[in-house]
Amino acid sequence: MKKDRTPSLLLAALVALLILGLVLPEWRFLGTLAIGKGLTVLGLLLLLRTGLVSFGQGLYYCLGAYAAGTLGQFWGTTDALLLLVVAGLAAGLAAAILGILLAAYRGIFFSMLSLALSMILYGLLVKSAALGSTDGFNLPAPTLFGLPLVSHDSRYPLFVLACVLGVAAALAMHYYFRTPLGRLSPAIRDNEIRVEYLGASVRAAVHVKYVIAGILAGVGGALTGMTVGHIDPEMAYWTTSGEFVFVAILSGTGSVAAPFLGSFIFELVRTFAYEYSPNSWQLALGTAMLLIIVFLPAGLWSLVQRRRA
Amino acid sequence: MSALLAVVVDGVIYASWLFMIAVGLTLIYGVMKILNIAHGSLYALGAYGAASLAGYWLSQGYAPFGSYAALLAAAALVGLIIGPLIERGLLRFMYGRDEIILLLVTYAVFLILEDAIKLIWGVDPYIISEPYGLLGIVEFANLVYPTYSFMLIVVSLAVGVLLAWVLHRTRHGKLLAAVIHDREVSQAMGVNVRRYYLATFTAGAILAALGGALTAPTVSVVPGMGVEVIVLAFAVVVIGGLGSLPGAALGALIVGLLRAAAVHYAPALELFSIYLVMALVLAFRPQGLFAGEQVRTI
Amino acid sequence: MSHLLEARNLDKRFGAVTAAADISVTVAPDSVIGLIGTNGAGKTTFVNMVTGYLKPDKGRIYFEGRDITALHPRQVTRLGICRSFQIPQLYNSLSAYDNLIVALGIVLRNAKPAPWARAPRLVPGHDLPLADAAEALLERFDLGEFRDKPAGVLPEGVRKLLDIAMALANKPRVLLLDEPTSGVSSEEKFAIMDRVMSAVRAEGAAVLFVEHDMDIVARYAGRVLAFYEGRILADGAPDVVLADPQVREYVIGGQAEPKEVSHA
Ligand SMILES: Nc1ncnc2c1ncn2[C@@H]1O[C@H](COP(=O)(O)OP(=O)(O)OP(=O)(O)O)[C@@H](O)[C@H]1O
Ligand SMILES: [Mg+2]
Repeated sequence: MKKDRTPSLLLAALVALLILGLVLPEWRFLGTLAIGKGLTVLGLLLLLRTGLVSFGQGLYYCLGAYAAGTLGQFWGTTDALLLLVVAGLAAGLAAAILGILLAAYRGIFFSMLSLALSMILYGLLVKSAALGSTDGFNLPAPTLFGLPLVSHDSRYPLFVLACVLGVAAALAMHYYFRTPLGRLSPAIRDNEIRVEYLGASVRAAVHVKYVIAGILAGVGGALTGMTVGHIDPEMAYWTTSGEFVFVAILSGTGSVAAPFLGSFIFELVRTFAYEYSPNSWQLALGTAMLLIIVFLPAGLWSLVQRRRA
Repeated sequence: MSALLAVVVDGVIYASWLFMIAVGLTLIYGVMKILNIAHGSLYALGAYGAASLAGYWLSQGYAPFGSYAALLAAAALVGLIIGPLIERGLLRFMYGRDEIILLLVTYAVFLILEDAIKLIWGVDPYIISEPYGLLGIVEFANLVYPTYSFMLIVVSLAVGVLLAWVLHRTRHGKLLAAVIHDREVSQAMGVNVRRYYLATFTAGAILAALGGALTAPTVSVVPGMGVEVIVLAFAVVVIGGLGSLPGAALGALIVGLLRAAAVHYAPALELFSIYLVMALVLAFRPQGLFAGEQVRTI
Repeated sequence: MSHLLEARNLDKRFGAVTAAADISVTVAPDSVIGLIGTNGAGKTTFVNMVTGYLKPDKGRIYFEGRDITALHPRQVTRLGICRSFQIPQLYNSLSAYDNLIVALGIVLRNAKPAPWARAPRLVPGHDLPLADAAEALLERFDLGEFRDKPAGVLPEGVRKLLDIAMALANKPRVLLLDEPTSGVSSEEKFAIMDRVMSAVRAEGAAVLFVEHDMDIVARYAGRVLAFYEGRILADGAPDVVLADPQVREYVIGGQAEPKEVSHA
C-alpha cells in the first residue's frame, strides 16, 4: 500500500505559508482572499467529483458573508470564529433545505437550477434597503478572543487564521474522500444505478455533499468578507459563481490543495488584468476555459469519464 | 374586473416575450442536446445590433416605420453571422461529449461574447425608443397599452406557428425529427446531419437575437442584459419540458400569467413566482410538463 | 414459510409489448434456477421487477413473506436480494479494487457499525476490514491481475466477473445473475460459472441465473424456468423442461441442438 503523503505535505505547506506571510506582508491580503475563495472551490471540487457542476455556489458564499455581516453590523459581534461558525451554519441550513429539491437533479438541470436559486438571493438582496441594496455594507474589523485580527499595520493574524482554516478544511476533505460516504462521489459520477443496487441512496449522498459544499462556501464567503471588510450582493451574482466553476475546472479534481492554488493564481491574474484591461477580463476567462476544455481535458477527466458504459 | 383583465393582458404580453426568448433555447436543446448559455449573449447582441441599426436608420432621417425593418434585419444579421461561427468554429468539435461539458463550453462562449459586446459598444446604455412609441396606444376597458406590446404578441404567435409548420409539415422538419430520434441511424440513411445541426443552431441564434432586437426599444440596452434572460428562458423551458416546442409555449403562458398576477396582487412575490412554479413543476414532474419519462434499460 | 422469494401474478407492459404476463414463481432457499428464453422473452424484466427497478403493473412480490413490491432497488438490496447485470454496471473510472471498496464501503455503512468503526481511518491505507474483504473477493474471482486497472478498459469477461463480485459484496440471500456468461467464449463460460457457483455456495444464497447456453443451464441449474413472450412456458427440473416439446419449439428452437462443444 502506498504511503499517503498528503497530510504531511499539507502541514508542511501550512508552515511554509505562515513563514511566507511573516516575511512578505504585502501578500497577506491576497493570500487570505485566495483561501476564502479556495474554500468555496473546495466544496465545488467535492461536487465535481460527484459529477455535479453547481453554477450557484455564490448563493452560499454570499449567504455566509451576509450572515456574518449582519451579526457583525447589527449585533456588534466581531469574534471571527463565532462569525465563521454562524456563516457555515446559515449556509449549511440553506443548502439542507434547497438540497431537498436539488439533490434529485443531475447534469445541466443541477447546474441551471443552482444558478436560478443564486439569482433569487441576488434579487432579494438588491431589493433589501436595510442591507444596503446593491452597495452592501462594511464589516467591522474581526477579532479573536478579544484580540484584533486586522489592524492598520498588520493583517497577519487574520492570514494565520485563514491558513489554519484552509489547511484544516483540505485535510478534512482529504480524509472524507477515504470514508465510505466520500468514496461514493466518483461512484455516483460513474454509475448511479450500481450505487443504488449496492444499497445506498444516491439522493441522500448527493444531498449531504451539497450541504458540505454549501458550508464550505458559507465559511469562505464570511472569510472573504472579513478580509475585504465589505460585502455586497455581487457575491451571489452569477459571475461570482461562474468564477468558482472556472477556478475549479482550472484546478482539476486531483488534489484537495489545488482549489487554493487555483484561487491564488486566479486572484493574482485578476489583479493585473483589472488594472490593464478591465473590459476584457471575461473574454480572457472564456478563452482560457475553452483552451482548458479542448486541450487539457485532464482537469475535466472525471466528467468526461461519465457514462461511457 | 378590469384588474383581472389587466392581469390577463399583461400576462399574455409577458408570455409572448418569454416565448420569444425561450423558443430558440428549447429548439437547440431539443435537436442538439446543448443547453446554450450563450443564448443570453445572442439576445444581447440582437438588442445592441438593433439599437445601432435602428438608431442609424433614424439618425439618417429615413422613414421612421423603416426602423421595424431595421430591428428584424439586425436580428437576422446577428444570428446569421454569430450562429454559424459558434457552431462551425467550436461546437461541432464537441458533439458526443457530455451535456455538462457542452454547457461549460457555451458558458465560455457567453463570457467571451459579454466582453466582446463591451468592447464594441462600450458600457454606456443605448436607448432606441422610437419604434416603441411609433405605433401609438390601444385603449379598452379603462386600460391603456402601447400597440407595440400587441405587435409582440403577433410576432411571437407567428414565430410559434412558423416553427410548428416547419417542424411538422415540411420534409426538412420530418428529417429533423429523424435526426433527433437517432442521429447515427439518420446519418447512415444519408441524412446530412451536419447541415441540420448548423441550420438548427443558426435558427436558434436568430430567434435569440430577434428576442433581443424586439426588446431593445422597450428597455435601455446595457451590458449584462443577457444574463437574466438565460436564467428566465431556462425556467420557462424547464417547466414545459426541455426541448419541447409546445412546452415552451405553455411554460411561457404559465410564467407570464403568474408573474402578472404577482405584480398586481403581491408585488413582493414577483421574482419568486417564476422560480416557485419552476420548483413546483420540477418537484412533481421532473421531466417537465410535456416531455416523456425515460427509463434506462439495464 | 418455506418460500424465500415469491412472485405472484406479475404483469408488465411497455406500450404494445407484453414483457411479463401473469408470472408466478416461488424460490426455495438454496435453489439454483436457470432462466431461459429467446431475446425479448422477459427474463431481464423479471429480474428488474424482483429487484425493484421496474414496478409491475399488477401482481406482488414477497421476500420471506414480506411484501417488497413497492421497495426501491437499494431497499431490496439491503434485504439481501442482489443482482448482476446483462450489461455490467461498474464504476468505469475506478480500478477493479476501488470498485469493490466502494461496494464494501456501502455494505459496511448499511451494517451500521459502532461509530468508532465508521470514523475515517486516520492511518493511511488502514481501511483494513474493507481492504481485506476486497482482496478476498478479487482472489476468489481470480481478478488479481486486473486489480489496479480502470474498470472501463477491462475485457468484457472480466467486467462480468467484477460485476458479479460486486453483487456478492453484500452477502446476498438471493442472487440474480443476468446472463453471467454472455460475451465470453464458450470455453470460458464454464470457468466463470464454476467460479461464481463456488463463491455463491460459500455464501449460501439462492441463485437465479439468466442463460442462453443450454449446456450451462443443464450443468448448473437444479430447476429451469422457460420464458416466452412474457409468460412462463415451463417450470421444473432441467431434464424435464429442456425436453418439453413446447420449450424445444419456442424457446430453444432457434438455436437448434446445442452447437457448442459439450464440456459435460
Ligand atoms: N424499459 C423498457 N422500455 C420499453 N420496452 C422495454 C423495456 N425493457 C424491456 N422492454 C421490452 O420488453 C420485452 C422484454 O425485454 P427483456 O429485456 O425482459 O427481455 P430478455 O428476455 O431479457 O431478452 P434478452 O435475452 O435479449 O436480454 C422486450 O420486447 C423489450 O424490448
Ligand atoms: Mg435480458
